[in-house]
Amino acid sequence: MRAAPVTVTATRLDTLDVLEAEAIHIIREVVAEFERPVLLFSGGKDSVVVLHLAAKAFFPGRVPFPVLHVDTGHNFPEVIAFRDETVARLGVRLEVASVQDYIDDGRLHERTDGTRNPLQTLPLLEAIAAGKHDAVFGGARRDEDKARAKERIISLRDEFGQWDPRNQRPELWSLYNGRHTPGQHVRAFPISNWTELDVWRYLEREQIPLPPLYFAHEREVYARDGMWRAVGEFSPARSDETVERRVVRYRTVGDMSCTGAVESDAADLSSIVAEIARSTLTERGATRADDRISEAAMEDRKKDGYF
Amino acid sequence: MLTVHEAQRTGLESSTLFRFATAGSVDDGKSTLVGRLLHDSKAILADQLEQVARTSAERGFAHGAFDFALLTDGLRAEREQGITIDVAYRYFSTGNRSFILADCPGHVQYTRNMVTGATTADAVIVLIDGRKGVLEQTRRHLAVIALLRVPHVIVAVNKIDLLDYAEDAFARVAAQVETVTAELGIDDVHVIPVSALEGDNIVDRSDRTGWYEGPALLELLEALPGQDELESALDAFRLPVQLVLRPQGGLSPQVAEEDAESLRDFRASAGRISSGTVRVGDPVQIFPSGIRTTVSGLAVGGVPVDRAAAPQSVSVQLADDIDAARGAVIVAADTLPAGRREIDAELFQLDARPLITGARVLVKHGTATVQGVIAQIESRYDLDALTHEPADTLTANDIGRARVRLAADLPLERYSANRAGGSFLVIHPSDGATLAAGIVRD
Repeated sequence: MRAAPVTVTATRLDTLDVLEAEAIHIIREVVAEFERPVLLFSGGKDSVVVLHLAAKAFFPGRVPFPVLHVDTGHNFPEVIAFRDETVARLGVRLEVASVQDYIDDGRLHERTDGTRNPLQTLPLLEAIAAGKHDAVFGGARRDEDKARAKERIISLRDEFGQWDPRNQRPELWSLYNGRHTPGQHVRAFPISNWTELDVWRYLEREQIPLPPLYFAHEREVYARDGMWRAVGEFSPARSDETVERRVVRYRTVGDMSCTGAVESDAADLSSIVAEIARSTLTERGATRADDRISEAAMEDRKKDGYF
Repeated sequence: MLTVHEAQRTGLESSTLFRFATAGSVDDGKSTLVGRLLHDSKAILADQLEQVARTSAERGFAHGAFDFALLTDGLRAEREQGITIDVAYRYFSTGNRSFILADCPGHVQYTRNMVTGATTADAVIVLIDGRKGVLEQTRRHLAVIALLRVPHVIVAVNKIDLLDYAEDAFARVAAQVETVTAELGIDDVHVIPVSALEGDNIVDRSDRTGWYEGPALLELLEALPGQDELESALDAFRLPVQLVLRPQGGLSPQVAEEDAESLRDFRASAGRISSGTVRVGDPVQIFPSGIRTTVSGLAVGGVPVDRAAAPQSVSVQLADDIDAARGAVIVAADTLPAGRREIDAELFQLDARPLITGARVLVKHGTATVQGVIAQIESRYDLDALTHEPADTLTANDIGRARVRLAADLPLERYSANRAGGSFLVIHPSDGATLAAGIVRD
């Protein structure tokens, strides 16, 4: 067969270099083309990476947009502390949308299963509207979930914040089309093409600070749904569940009420990289009760305007 | 911020990124091939496999057999209707490569999906059912790939197990592939006999095709050079400017105190290098003004470097106080592209609404968006006959030639010479939809 030889002068950029370059390009495109971008920031590792990339994209200037945290009221306290330290360290303005406020004044009602994750959508959409944000950065990755695998890097949302998976704009070359009409906004996902392992390798390479609960620590836990759940104000053990002390860490950081820990002695970033490379479970399969509701749980939440 | 040296020391120098797309229909066994690649490269984890096994069993698959399509069909409608609607992205890695796979459905809106997958791909795998040989659909896929100049084309002749692993059966299909790719002017073609179902020549070379001397599919994907290597090798440096970095909102708190004073008047043009290499001290010119200056400073992610190459995102300081803002392009001196107000274009019509002569549009090229008008639709490409037929309208999934007139000069380059300089989007001026993908003809 004709297989033409290709002559190449070697400028070898490794995977992380190329992914970083792509993410910084996306972040700068959005800042250049939109009036009022905002970054969804939970203190979780993915949004930490996006904020770090934004800091690099505009260095030596400040990150030219605020961050928005949708606070469910069920967050781990150490993650809230980390959030506040991080915005202070980078000189970024923090906006908070509080699910608790919505529950307190009756705009939202607590679910019978106690999870507040699906309740974030309304405060999120109202915060986007109130801030007149026309572009919303998120740390979602396509390897996380089958519905997210079909999401665009720049993804149009209608005035109700809805995602229409059957009517997405084609994504061609590196030309992102973020044009929208009044009321519409876009979600922008700079680390769409990163895997969980890429994120951890990058955190290690750049030595980026993280909330302490990503690292192995001893904690009071009980077994539920095949995961270790932390004992906490919003996640008490039932009478038939045995509380014990174990050395655990978190692979994802969500609400205390729906996020499980894994047994691990990985206490630093290089041990975590090694652990993730060996892992036989996906991060959501291992630790997220909210995604086990149904095969299409994520797709349904996304259509309604979720992250 | 890390120093360059530290970043390199802790980085994974051995892992490179490779993007590829798959084209073909379910009948050719594409989902099985993708599932097989992911499964055999251990990219499918236990909980995903368990979910697929459970759903496969519910749908009447034999015990232990997998409906691999369930791994890639992520949307409810896709699973319910048993079809793939949209391009899905998958990720896996081997020892020295990370792969991004754009899985393009073959039946529905095949041009739209193929174009989407092919514009970013370093390679495309076209799947053929070995029993059927090169079909109309194969020719169409290859025609789109040829126009979009995907660097490497791999034709996987599948179901070789059903052909009793016979060399002459494979040779017949390979000869058909040779004919059609020669006709289309595709010169980097690799043809591999595979069985996605049985795993022959997917990850490892098969004992059952002893007559085949080439590499297994994954072996080939690991060995082909990536697009970033090719773009860096192009000699003309091009940096479309995205924005100007000026610490108006104040300096980052991460700036060291002793550096703060010298950065008061910091000003740099930021963008992603679309081709070539740049060094501090290089003479450059700015499009559109043509003004000459010199690169006085260069940084990648805020870290000073003395050299950078495509596809890195950089910020460039220029020696003279020159304006290079969004829409400008910084290029190597004496390689300034001519500004052009008219494009001889090949258009890939993607929107459901027809594109007609006289339509007012927006054209996005690099970091510039300008007004335009479809001055004349000239012809439509007949993908079966591979001929151009006279036409004045392009409807969804049509490919055709047109002249596009622009309201301002753009630094258009031939797509065959420079993918980034020769590609653009045609956008609806009021609702913002992407109407067509365009490339600049030779």
